[in-house]
Amino acid sequence: MNLTLRIWRQQGPETPGEMTEYRVSGISEDMSFLEMLDTLNEELILRGERPVAFDHDCREGICGACGMVINGQAHGPERTTTCQLHMRHFDDGDTIDVEPWRAGAFPVVRDLMVDRSALDRIIGSGGYVTAPTGSAPEAHATPVPKEAADLAFEHAECIGCGACVAACPNGSAMLFTAAKVVHLNVLPQGAPERASRVRNMVETMDAEGFGGCTNTGECATACPKGIPLTGIARLNREFLRS
Amino acid sequence: MSYLDYTLGEPVADTAAPAGPIEQRWQQRRFEAKLVNPANRRKHTVIVVGTGLAGGAAGATLAEQGYHVVQFCFQDSPRRAHSIAAQGGINAAKNYRNDGDSVRRLFYDTVKGGDFRARESNVHRLAEVSVEIIDQCVAQGVPFAREYGGLLDTRSFGGVQVSRTFYARGQTGQQLLLGAYQALSRQIAAGNVEMHPRTEMLDLLVVDGRARGIVARDLVTGEIRSYTADAVVLATGGYGNVFYLSTNAKNSNATAIWRAHRRGALFANPCFTQIHPTCIPRSGDHQSKLTLMSESLRNDGRIWVPKAKGDTRPPARIPEDERDYYLERIYPAFGNLVPRDIASRAAKVVCDEGRGVGPGGQGVYLDFADAIARLGRDAVEAKYGNLFEMYERITAEDPYTVPMRIYPAIHYTMGGLWVDYDLQTTIPGLFAIGEANFSDHGANRLGASALMQGLADGYFVLPPTLNDYLGRTKLDAVPADHPELTAVEAESADRLNLILAVDGDRTPDSFHRELGELLWEECGMAREEAGLRRALARIPEIREEFWRRIKVPGTGEELNQALEKANRLVDYFELAELMCLDALHRAESCGGHFRTESATPDGEAARRDEEFGYAAAWEFTGTGTAPVLHKEDLVFEHVHPTQRSYA
Repeated sequence: MNLTLRIWRQQGPETPGEMTEYRVSGISEDMSFLEMLDTLNEELILRGERPVAFDHDCREGICGACGMVINGQAHGPERTTTCQLHMRHFDDGDTIDVEPWRAGAFPVVRDLMVDRSALDRIIGSGGYVTAPTGSAPEAHATPVPKEAADLAFEHAECIGCGACVAACPNGSAMLFTAAKVVHLNVLPQGAPERASRVRNMVETMDAEGFGGCTNTGECATACPKGIPLTGIARLNREFLRS
Repeated sequence: MSYLDYTLGEPVADTAAPAGPIEQRWQQRRFEAKLVNPANRRKHTVIVVGTGLAGGAAGATLAEQGYHVVQFCFQDSPRRAHSIAAQGGINAAKNYRNDGDSVRRLFYDTVKGGDFRARESNVHRLAEVSVEIIDQCVAQGVPFAREYGGLLDTRSFGGVQVSRTFYARGQTGQQLLLGAYQALSRQIAAGNVEMHPRTEMLDLLVVDGRARGIVARDLVTGEIRSYTADAVVLATGGYGNVFYLSTNAKNSNATAIWRAHRRGALFANPCFTQIHPTCIPRSGDHQSKLTLMSESLRNDGRIWVPKAKGDTRPPARIPEDERDYYLERIYPAFGNLVPRDIASRAAKVVCDEGRGVGPGGQGVYLDFADAIARLGRDAVEAKYGNLFEMYERITAEDPYTVPMRIYPAIHYTMGGLWVDYDLQTTIPGLFAIGEANFSDHGANRLGASALMQGLADGYFVLPPTLNDYLGRTKLDAVPADHPELTAVEAESADRLNLILAVDGDRTPDSFHRELGELLWEECGMAREEAGLRRALARIPEIREEFWRRIKVPGTGEELNQALEKANRLVDYFELAELMCLDALHRAESCGGHFRTESATPDGEAARRDEEFGYAAAWEFTGTGTAPVLHKEDLVFEHVHPTQRSYA
């Protein structure tokens, strides 16, 4: 298929960017969205132009590196990561807008690449269990009810891609923060730091410039891993009880 | 002198493992190790390159112990290292199932599974440490699968007959890595780890014969600078991406280990590469990577092809008696759970016979119809739901109703930097952990053992041996204006400038594809002398063409992903050459290395222990010049080498 792409090009955080139009042809419907961009980049390199910069690594939907706003939607029309979005979801002749994550806390590095290190700092402020290597008791010493383990897992699936922040009209990181707080706070191993964890992480989230939550729910709709919106309710409950 | 005329150097041997009963060696080694006073540890800086299971675990643990850690990853966050993509599980000799498992059995299975090309003392230690890993990860809050009683669930994996694999649905690697990443994040926030994301190691700094730092490039600004330390730990993963198409992440690369090799570290068994039997077949020339379907699927899926050649009927229209469940037929005891190399080659054999399925006949069916009938769709979904979803997303076929199509792909590399029992390379002060070293898996890695080894090395093995090195070694600070630093920085910058200056007419990916296709053809699932010689003749030609025709727009003083790719390729060319030479010299079949000339009458791999019962550790002598081979003789005191049999 043949497509028209309108891609956000921006040299660096301090320079202004703009949408630039490109045409690509011979795109197979079995290609992933990133493979379609690879095709464009191969052409750009041969023309001596700078290829479009974007983050990507595993290309199987788990590392969380890739992410772009496609036709106004974080990760595009399917509920998946950009690397797992296939061109069969587009039609020949389509015009596709491609932009980076837009959020105050995610400065653009170049083109479609943004700086998401604020998410790392939220984790560093409390998204862990203090368990230095070697100090662990026998694994079966503390049974964990299957329901708690499953609930923890459901939230632990977050890949840290930042789609929730990009989709939120307020640029809020509530779903991301909730995912880690719920994962650790429902487990007995996370109980001793339950209160300090949620307080510190919420405080860091605010300090990093993420917006507040107004229960729009766009985050959970965009999340490629299906982190539930109820996670935010649980986060609020944890915060209040702390 | 041709590259092929390698010479034989002095043998190399591990002198770090203590003598005595194998069960006591690790305890003895830790007892003999020098300690560093906790108050003095913060005076020592340790560089860790990579933040996967091995690097993340090592960085966190060393920082907890009080060392000043300076850590690097090329990704934008340490949470994205490719360990995250491991699906199936992690082995541990807990014997929670009471099914006859033990440290001894895990040790035995690993040595046997590696086709008797691993060092016994290292493997025994790995089996011992495995039980502590599970305890550690549970304490971190890793949400392993559990039974209703609240205890941990396990499953079985290829190559073994006990159920010792712990898992977190199909995302075990993700959950274990996030555990290590969270521990590391705690240390970053505490100021004990200085983290450099989006920074790639370009070279190793060796001063007075010891590893004293690295030269790295800031991938955003392009700045190239030196970082010095008292010791350097490489946790940079394997080199599967030399094949271009593999299950590795796109940016995983061999530059760190290859640069260390060029600086004097021996590189062992480069031809020991693992092909994973259950990947999604490629759909066309645009393919940029291959996606693995966890091997755990072989627990419940049945592998088959049509009995007749060229049978293009849809699978549902092929009656039961016209299907060949070839693994169950040839290997009745292990059936669909034979080790990876055997499953992969069997798939190639049936496809070469013209019985493959799907586009180009490069695939076999992995069928869940029986499992769904026996367990119900819900049970199958609970176990494999996310894998089925991923398959459907990529292929647009529903594996609940149509059998999956799978085909082997490059997945893991057993070879790597040669290390002793302390995980130290032949450069003092340079350690290699996880997939970056050659240590524990011999010629073939068993499923769910990569996570085990990465975490064993990072959490439990490296910290005490590194302690010993720092405790014993008197090191003066390396001054910032040391000539070695400025020389290596300049060399790194020159190489990038040379690439940029060519301004030719071919992209980095076009060269990478060409190299990868050549390797897959001649040094992939089956290798033979004529093909390896063809590859060894062709690789220098591609390299020469690269330096005439490569095109990279932009400059080195900015973010430049095409330049990153081209720079990694320069190392892949040299590595590919060594892989082919290693494969050519090892005129036997073992594990993942199958030489068609060395097969049993029924087509199975035939080892030649008398001639090749050693690890091949290669010394670099220059680009395109013949390397020197150092042999480490492998002694088997506990597991007697036999021809593997899974029949």
